[in-house]
Amino acid sequence: MEPQPMKKRTIIEKIWRDHVVAEREGAPALFYVDLHLVHEVTSPQAFDGLRKRGLKVRRPDLTVATTDHSTPTTPRGLPIVDKTAAAQIDRLEQNCRDFGIPCYGLSSERQGIVHVIGPELGLTQPGMTVVCGDSHTSTHGAFGALAFGIGTSQVEHVLATQCLLQQPSKTFAVRVDGALKPGVTAKDIILALIAKIGIGGGTGCVIEYCGSAIRALSMEERMTVCNMSIEGGARGGLIAPDATTYQYVAGRPFSPKGADWDAAVARWRELPTDEGATYDREVSIDANALEPMITFGTNPGMGIPISAAVPDPASIADPLERETLHKALQYMDLPAGKPLAGHPVNVVFIGSCTNSRISDLRAAADILKGRKVNPHVRVMVVPGSQHVRAQAQAEGLDRIFREAGADWREAGCSMCIAMNGDQLQPGEYSVSTSNRNFEGRQGKGGRTFLASPLTAAATAVTGVITDVRTLL
Amino acid sequence: MKFDSAYVVNQTEREIAPKRFESHFVILPIDNIDTDQIIPARFLKTISKNGLGDQLFYDWRYDASGAPKTDFILNRPEAVRAQVLVAGDNFGCGSSREHAPWALTQFGFRAVVSTSFADIFRQNSLKNGLLPIVVPPDIHAALLASPGAIVRIDLAAQTLTLEDGRSVEFPIDPFAKHCLLEGVDELGYILQQESAIASYEARRAGSINTLA
Repeated sequence: MEPQPMKKRTIIEKIWRDHVVAEREGAPALFYVDLHLVHEVTSPQAFDGLRKRGLKVRRPDLTVATTDHSTPTTPRGLPIVDKTAAAQIDRLEQNCRDFGIPCYGLSSERQGIVHVIGPELGLTQPGMTVVCGDSHTSTHGAFGALAFGIGTSQVEHVLATQCLLQQPSKTFAVRVDGALKPGVTAKDIILALIAKIGIGGGTGCVIEYCGSAIRALSMEERMTVCNMSIEGGARGGLIAPDATTYQYVAGRPFSPKGADWDAAVARWRELPTDEGATYDREVSIDANALEPMITFGTNPGMGIPISAAVPDPASIADPLERETLHKALQYMDLPAGKPLAGHPVNVVFIGSCTNSRISDLRAAADILKGRKVNPHVRVMVVPGSQHVRAQAQAEGLDRIFREAGADWREAGCSMCIAMNGDQLQPGEYSVSTSNRNFEGRQGKGGRTFLASPLTAAATAVTGVITDVRTLL
Repeated sequence: MKFDSAYVVNQTEREIAPKRFESHFVILPIDNIDTDQIIPARFLKTISKNGLGDQLFYDWRYDASGAPKTDFILNRPEAVRAQVLVAGDNFGCGSSREHAPWALTQFGFRAVVSTSFADIFRQNSLKNGLLPIVVPPDIHAALLASPGAIVRIDLAAQTLTLEDGRSVEFPIDPFAKHCLLEGVDELGYILQQESAIASYEARRAGSINTLA
């Protein structure tokens, strides 16, 4: 009998198959987790569950915790004003002590947003499965890892067993070919994709980003793209590893060393999608045609090129869709049919797991250098980690921000989720480099325009939504 | 489908989902209702699972002074007895917070009906006895057009029946259905597979990158 040709597989299917522990009829697969990241908000109830059952953490050596969501970005020496936040942070540190999990807490120089520290410490590596009780875990997909957010029940499952019950996802190829024009960034690629497929367009899928424009991105830019996969409804999004990936991972505190490194790279080279493998769905984007993107509404799919007009609900046939857009524009208090450029803002936020890495801060500093923040705008720059903060200070970026009139903060999620006191006041507008513009996301009654660090910095200078290409 | 009875552990801890129930429903005719609306992030500083029902849809439900908005559906008398929420497409998008289904169930909901659900919300709901029920657009439109009506939901048969007698079958993951009907605890089920996990770890010992 002729040997059957090997089935061509995508990187998504390869990583999935490598992590199936057991399969039983009538039940989802038992799926192994290589790295479990933990933070203060979605874990306390899971640790309570372990205590109730008298269970231990199965693999504390595959588990890392940090504080980020409810963490103040004021100077670290100051007491935490919000008692519930303080109690939550204390509880994480106590849980980590009790269960033997390394915790990079407030006093650690490794503290930071969970999706920033994983990669910078070399914890995130190609071919891994990474989970966290946070939907932006998709960020780690930039390394060619299968990474997704889970709920607190599943956090408990992983703590106890290092496993999850999972169904395989559908595969979705997003091809981005061409070259980005000056002023157009990785953030604009992902905002354009979400505008194209819609906020639920990737439901049930893991995305593989491919094409020449993706290959040309740095690791930090790839993280920005993968980070917002969830905003297109996909649980995960990944990019096959290549020389850019290996160069980034090499030499970090937890990356393999010596012979282990060589063995790891040999394994990683097997990961990319086989020539001729097929996906359940494919979409293409022309990078040459992209402009800086900005959102106008109350979900991340409501995005437009900066020169385009806000859509008119009257032009939409489906009644529920029309009502949804109408409600969004009402909340944002924006007229339909006009571009956003020139619209005044109160706050500019540069930070979040989407755009708080050193290259994001450098991009913003390039615009702000030698310029002043508009006096009507409050500008917050929040580095993603203490490591990013230290590097920015070593490069003098903090001085550029301060001299321009921006507020230079400690590391954390900050105004992306507004749990820590950093927030918009009702009715205020922000341009934010974060990932969600839902109603009240940055503070009750606050109104968010999502954009790149370049657009945010340009807006900080002028005080109104600005096409950064006019300042380059 | 057969499951070893040994997997059925810790039943006292878990509420077994009702096999069938009838209820009034409330309507939120908005697409893409995200978890920040279901429960705003500032309420996630709790270290408990309880007390979240009062915070459900907080910013839609209460005005700046904290008084209930009388025009919001959950503040109307009919919402008190409703166990079913009918909402627009892609319900539960956004964050992975399990506080969303905790808040919905603590308010009294046992099912949300939509044309689609976000993945993580759907999974979180099934782990908390909240049924995410997907119906076709015509049935969805009929529900939206009949406020004050009653639906019957039968989990075992996977059917949703309207007052006018129309009935649709809804999809549900068979394992989740089994867990809900029989009170199977998922963590207990995984713990039973310890030997499979141990041998998997042994097989991959060289390629699992530990912190050590």
